[in-house]
Parts: sequence; structure tokens; C-alpha cells
Amino acid sequence: MAQVLEIRWHGRGGQGAKTAAILLGEAAASVGKYIQAFPEYGPERMGAPVLAFNRISDEPVRVHCHVANPRIVVVLDPTLIGKNDVTSGVPEDGVYLVNTNLTPAEMRAKLKVKGGKVYTVDATQISIDTIGRAIPNTPMMGALIRATGLMTLEEFIADTRHKLEMKFRSKPEVIEGNIKAIERAYQEVQSE
Amino acid sequence: MSKRVAITGNEAVAQAMRQINPDVVAAYPITPQTEIVQIFSTFVADGDVDTEFVTVESEHSAMSATIGASAAGARAMTATSSQGLALMWEMLYIAAGLRLPIVAPVVNRALSAPINIHCDHSDTMGARDSGWIQLYSENAQEAYDNLIQAVRIAEHADVQLPVMVCMDGFIVSHGMENAELLDDDVVRSFIGQRTPKHSLLDVDRPATFGALDFADWYFEHRRQLAEAQTHVKGVVLDVAKEFAKVSGRSYDLFEAYRLDDAELAVVVLNSAAGTAKEVVDDLRDKGMKAGLLKIRLFRPFPHEEIVAALAGKKAIAVLDRADGLSTMGGPVFVDVRSAMYDAPGPKMVNYIYGLGGRDIDTEQIAGVYWDLARIAETGKVTSPVTYLGVRE
Amino acid sequence: MSANGKEKGWKDVPIGGLILEAGSSDKYETGDWRTYRPVWDQEKCRHCMICWIYCPDSSILVREGRMVGIDYKHCKGCGICAHECPAKCIDMRLETELEADRAEGAGAGASAGGACCAKSGGEAGGK
Repeated sequence: MAQVLEIRWHGRGGQGAKTAAILLGEAAASVGKYIQAFPEYGPERMGAPVLAFNRISDEPVRVHCHVANPRIVVVLDPTLIGKNDVTSGVPEDGVYLVNTNLTPAEMRAKLKVKGGKVYTVDATQISIDTIGRAIPNTPMMGALIRATGLMTLEEFIADTRHKLEMKFRSKPEVIEGNIKAIERAYQEVQSE
Repeated sequence: MSKRVAITGNEAVAQAMRQINPDVVAAYPITPQTEIVQIFSTFVADGDVDTEFVTVESEHSAMSATIGASAAGARAMTATSSQGLALMWEMLYIAAGLRLPIVAPVVNRALSAPINIHCDHSDTMGARDSGWIQLYSENAQEAYDNLIQAVRIAEHADVQLPVMVCMDGFIVSHGMENAELLDDDVVRSFIGQRTPKHSLLDVDRPATFGALDFADWYFEHRRQLAEAQTHVKGVVLDVAKEFAKVSGRSYDLFEAYRLDDAELAVVVLNSAAGTAKEVVDDLRDKGMKAGLLKIRLFRPFPHEEIVAALAGKKAIAVLDRADGLSTMGGPVFVDVRSAMYDAPGPKMVNYIYGLGGRDIDTEQIAGVYWDLARIAETGKVTSPVTYLGVRE
Repeated sequence: MSANGKEKGWKDVPIGGLILEAGSSDKYETGDWRTYRPVWDQEKCRHCMICWIYCPDSSILVREGRMVGIDYKHCKGCGICAHECPAKCIDMRLETELEADRAEGAGAGASAGGACCAKSGGEAGGK
């Protein structure tokens, strides 16, 4: 099987897990990667736990089944930990990126994982500071780019800025806020 | 130049519709198709297309309006899913019977009850004998390419039949993947203009559509419909050849993946085919002679070519994402096995999978191949029809 | 029949059940479905055109705004004209009786007989 990087996003309805997966997929595609980005569609309710997925590869992605063994797990809402099994199917050397004000060591204890790598970033605070609202998905993408080295920060920002400009043409402050959030999270993400 | 973009199946299909620029689109929203016409309606509102967009009160009316428009000489399209297709039912037969080259993307979704919005093929499989041509698509790219080719196939003088372009609900319709879109002018020159021989609005050469046709001529007109179906595969291949010239992507009646020297074959259509290809590669690495046949043209059924491709295999599994409820397997299985009757040899089994969006993964498909290996070795079929992935 | 004298088959007719000739129903002579024949009394007729309005088969022949007869090639004998006629100038008569009358040479249906071949009234209203 071709080398495919599989990512699972955990969030709550309304936090932008699906949007994050889509934006990441588009950004990866913009630098020539083959991608998939899709949510798990259930009853769509604000606040309900939701999942979204990415596959990223240098070769065409053909599989159309769910992601069962993600190497990377992104948790947009730390209150999900303990209630949902965010470690399910993740290999020993899996990578976790959690939106929290805890340190990676503290988070590792909460996740109860031994191997792999744990990254943390306070994406909620960053989004409040930069965008003015608690929407952690864009800063989490900045942290993810840092943690995975999928592409350079400049490449990611260029593609995301383009997307934001299409959506928020009349609200430049939203665009700048999001870009700042991505940059700050990229800088502030902590690893062990 | 065409370029590779990240796009969902629904977006890709809506883009194809924008490039086709149909004269009339009449449609009603239904998950997971809704996005297609929703996106398309923004093209209408923005003046990107010249289409007359008809908002109707049901899918029955959507198909009725599309039929009227097509009979009037327009290039007419609609789109639907599941219950919507079911509600179009009687009109589907009229579209085919009147020989109207309507093109409609259908996003495959399970039929109620119980109510479910996710993927299976029970909707389009139920419409398989309506006289519509059916093309199935593995991913967003194929859905896009099939839709553009469908216009040419439908309107070909030897065909003049409506075409359904099917893709898997959510898995492909809402999943973002890579696809290469053609330039607008490439699509427009590829499809050209519709030039109907007869139409309701051609006042210089008036024609009556839908006249009563009793025992005196009905049979003859149905015989013509059957004859037209025999022309379809040739036209599908010709159109594919021309499409390859402008797109660089080649299409056939079906895709034979590592099938030539295979001893064990799986037959499947739509998105599960991609997953199955990964399994084939993996099993080939392990020394198994595994192959795959992915059906693209399901109606009319290219039985001679399929028999030629499958003859001599030791064991074949047909994967159906719909149950025939006949107690003898799903619709694809029944057709493939019937076609293989005169080509004795392979043992054949059926797996019903993925109903209502139940996931099918590489392990399950690998399990099917291992079942086939056992059947080939022992020559014994213990379970002709298996429900794959159901909780026992 | 096709050109070679053989009965037409499925290859010889337009596809989709299309009829490519305008007004071809004119060729379908439904007059022999009739049990009752409307017999028109020219003397009593006021030319009010009520029969022409009501006739579901466009079988009232009209020339220059005046009723001139009934198209017996297509009239199915439904009797609506007789029912609606305010002057009571249309009488529904059994075809069998009229035939018997004709056989006796009494000429009872003379006025009707005259209009029988009135297909020449090509400009008849309601077409």
C-alpha cells in the first residue's frame, strides 16, 4: 500500500473539525499532494462529538473506507478526552495534538499513552485573542503544520489566505485574525 | 490547461453541469444530492450559465419538467437520490420511452425504510430496467468525466436515450478528493450543440410526442428501445476514445484491474472499487493471483465483454451494495452469473455489503479473496450469498 | 404498408412513438363507432354555434359563421350537440333505423346524408 498519512480530527459540532479537515486537504493539494478530506456524517447537532478525517499522500488515494488507524490525532476540544476514545486504533508511534493549556507531559498522563509524541497548544485562547471568538480550528492547523512538517508555514498560509479571502471578502479583520492565529499556534505549540 | 484541484464529488458534478451549460435544469433537493443543484443554482444566479432553472415541488415534477424540456429540444438535466429517484419512477420510463437524451447525476443513497441518508445502490439498481443508460463512478474524477461523456452518449443519433451517472452518497459526494477539471471551452466543444431531429418547438416540422400506442404499435416501439440499447456500448467506447484525446484519461465499459492473469476475481462498482484495488495490490504482493473487474456501464449490460474478461477464472465474487431480496443475491450478481452461464468454469458467489452506508474496509475485501481462494481449492461453495459486514 | 408492399415493422416507424405528421388524427375515421346519428334540421337551426362549442370531436362543420352540417366521418354519435342545442334542431336517431329507412328508399335521413361527405368543408371550425 502506498504511504498515506492518515489524520483523525476530534471535535464537537460547530467547532469546525470538518472545515479544518477540508482546509488542510486543500492546502496539501495546493502543494501537489493527493488528498482526501471527509467527516463522519451522523446526526448533525451543535456540541455533539464529531469526527473528520484526512488522507495525504504523494500518490493517488484510492481507498474509500473510514480511517481506522490514524497516525495523527487532533483533538479540538479537550473535554472529549475520557468521554471519547481518542486513542482508538492509533499505532504505538502515533502523534497527538491537543487543544489545551496543559503541558504535553500532563496531557500524556490524561491520554494514558506511552509511545509516540504528544503536542499541546492553547488554541482556544489564541483564537479568542486573535479572532475574538473561541474557534480553535484554524490555530490547530497551524500547530499541525509545525508538528507534522506536511508543508511550510508559508505554503499553508498562502493557500489558507486565498480561501479566507474568497469567503470573507468584506471582513478583512477576520482574514488577518485567522492568519495571526495560525502563526501564533505554529510558534506556541509545545512538544515533549 | 486542465488542473488538479481538491474537490468533492458534488462540487465536481456541479462544475461539469456549469460547463455543460444545459438549457433547462429542473430539480428538487434531496440529501446527499442537494449540494449539486444548490451549487448549480448559484451559477444560474451569477449568470455563469444560460440555464432556465425550474424549481419544482417534487422529483416527479422535476423529471416531468425535464422530459417536457427535452421533448421541446432543450438539453435538459436534473439530479436526485434515493426516495427522489423512486418518486420519479413512472417518469423515468417515459423519458426512456420517448427517447429523450436527458442526463442526470444520481447520488446513490439507501431507500427507506428504515430511513437512512447514507450510501447504497438500492435506488439506481431499482431503476436498472427503466431503459436508462447507467454509468457508475468510482470517485469524483469519474463522476465528472462520466457526466460530460454522458451528454454525447445520450444525444448520439444511434442512441437517443437518457443517462444516469451514479456516484456514492457522502463517500464520494461529500468527501474531498483530487480531480482534474477540463477547461470550459474544451468541455463545450467536446459536447457541442444538441441538434434534435424532432422537437415540440420545431413548428416547421411538427411532431406529436406521447401519442397513444396500443397493441398495434407499442411492441414495435419497445423493440426499437431494445435495439437502441445494443448500440450503446459502441457509442460509449467511441465517446471514451474522443474524451481521452481531450482529457488524457481513458475509459472503457469496465475497468479490468490486474485481471488478465488473475485466478480469483471480484466484481464491484463505484467507490468500493478503489478500496478493492489496494487489496488486490496487497494480495498480489503476497503471491495471490487476485484481480478486479469494476463495472462502469451497467445498463445496458456489456455481457459479452464481461464474460470474455471473466472466463477461465477459478472463482468470482460479485459485491452488491443492494439486495435483490429475491433470495438469490443482489442485482449485479444475478446479471453476472446469468451472463456466465454459457462460459462454464468459475465458481461464483455473492456478497451483499455496505447497506445504508455501512463501511467496507480493506480487511473485509481481503477476506472475500481468501474465501475465493478456499472455493477455488476445494471446488465447493458453502454460502452462495453472504451478508458482508452485518452484525450476526 | 411499406413501399415494398410488406407490412411495416419496427424498423420502419419513427422512434419513441413520435407522429411526424400534423393533424394525422383526421385520417382516423371514428364515424363508424356511432350507434346514434345526430340528424340536423336546417330549418330550425339558429346558427348559435352552441353545438360547435360543445362537440368534443370537432365534428360540427362551419362555413362563414354558419353551421353547414355534421362531419359523419369523425362524429362518434355522443349526442352532446343534441342535448345542448337550444333550438332542439338536432335529433339523435338510431343508425340501424336510418339504414332500414334508407333500404326502403324513403330518404328519411336525406339531410344528414347530404352532409355525410361534407369533409370538403376544410375550413370547418374547431380544428
